[in-house]
Amino acid sequence: MALETQDIRARSATTTSVAPDARSFQPEVSKLIDLSKCIGCKACQAACMEWNNLRDTIGTFQGAYTNPPDLDDQSWTVMKFNETEVDGRFALLIFKDGCLHCADPGCLRACPSPGAVVQYQNGIVDFQQDHCIGCGYCISGCPFNIPRLRKEDSRVYKCTLCSDRVAVGLEPACIKSCPTHALSFGSRAELIEEAQGRITDLQERGFSQAAVYNPPGVGGTHVFFVLPHGDRPEAYGLPKDPRIGPLLALWRSTAARAVGVLTMFSVLVAGILHYMRHGPLEVPEEGEGSAGPGAQEAKP
Amino acid sequence: MSERDQDLLLPDGKILRHGNRERVVHWIIAIAFVLLFLSGLAMFSPFFFWLSALFGGGQFMRFVHPVCGVVLVLLFYPYAFRLRADNRWTAADSHWVRNMFRYMRKEAHFSDTGKYNAGQKLMYWSMVPIIGVLLLTGIVMWQPWFAPRFPPFLRRAAGLLHAVTAFVMFVGIGVHWYAAFWTKGSIRAMVRGTVTQAWARFHHPGWFRSITGKNP
Repeated sequence: MALETQDIRARSATTTSVAPDARSFQPEVSKLIDLSKCIGCKACQAACMEWNNLRDTIGTFQGAYTNPPDLDDQSWTVMKFNETEVDGRFALLIFKDGCLHCADPGCLRACPSPGAVVQYQNGIVDFQQDHCIGCGYCISGCPFNIPRLRKEDSRVYKCTLCSDRVAVGLEPACIKSCPTHALSFGSRAELIEEAQGRITDLQERGFSQAAVYNPPGVGGTHVFFVLPHGDRPEAYGLPKDPRIGPLLALWRSTAARAVGVLTMFSVLVAGILHYMRHGPLEVPEEGEGSAGPGAQEAKP
Repeated sequence: MSERDQDLLLPDGKILRHGNRERVVHWIIAIAFVLLFLSGLAMFSPFFFWLSALFGGGQFMRFVHPVCGVVLVLLFYPYAFRLRADNRWTAADSHWVRNMFRYMRKEAHFSDTGKYNAGQKLMYWSMVPIIGVLLLTGIVMWQPWFAPRFPPFLRRAAGLLHAVTAFVMFVGIGVHWYAAFWTKGSIRAMVRGTVTQAWARFHHPGWFRSITGKNP
């Protein structure tokens, strides 16, 4: 959603300038999701729908408590209930799915439309749907499979980290609704410290593999997790080592695109120079024979 | 060479090089290519995103790009199939390629080309696979209908391959345009269909012989 009150750090498909930057001192914000405290009540999911005024369609039972079954353009956060085994015993690993607001966002890199994806100074990654062209490159570029294309309007939607609420000093709607303090919001530096404390607590309680999920492959994320089973992020549905990857980096690389465009220009220049030097290839006047002007015939 | 080659010699002494259907198909393909080129360039580099204004904005441009691509493919392959015999590679073509730069400097000319010279055949044989790769990678990226069926890894690979292949095609078509402009009489051949006997004798002696029965 459009939001000019916050300052922009990065803007998609913009190679020349990034505007405006005057308040670059703004602290980075973050959301900490402590899955050891989550009881799966879905209050955050309901609050998200309420604040963002979304209306998902009523689906069908998919064999798990997860409902709706996945993120979509009307559900920007979804509680996932992963039924799995840990240490040979059944475990219900509850997970809150949604955008992680990467420091180096693959969606922003992939987007070809100037300003359709922006990153604010406070670290929030936001889609500006009025600039979106519906190409879906952000979906291919996201290491976490988050953005969803809405077929009805060919625009992509995802969690905004309630950038509209944060801009006026409020916490995101999901944070406000959480009854167990599994969700917290605030300055990124303070929350990273807070997460480390919770890891220590968990390890004392016997979760020896507890870890913070703040993947360095995407420069860290502005939504990060305390995972009781931190050695197995895949069990929660998180990629083990998410990264931008060489394919996306090369495809959307400014240098590669510049080389491509310059080569195309040079074909034009080569044509002009060749025509200036050699002139057109014309049929010689009658009587000069069939060979080219001043040409010696090349025999096979 | 078909047995109807002699019919190409028209009563006014001109030779029919490109028939009505061929010319119409060629120019529809050319228009589709220009639209694909402009919209593709806008999505390829932010420097050219302003080209989206020519299409009434990014949303419509994104919609119309794959539609033009399908039009191009549907017209190109039947057209290319009809031209396949005239584009068969010969030993004389290899000789032409070895002397390509001398030809471009007008230091050498060739007395044995058929309807198409080796440069034109190279263009033909490069476009046949390039357009196929662009079609397949384009389908993998095509939102909202086909792309969701493919994993993100494949879509990224398709995006990269589509860009690289399209770049090769842009350069190839650039050469095609320049060659047509440089070789006087060939744009006329593709617009009005006919060439003079002198033109045919000079540029495509083998083809001239098969039509007129005269030695070039």
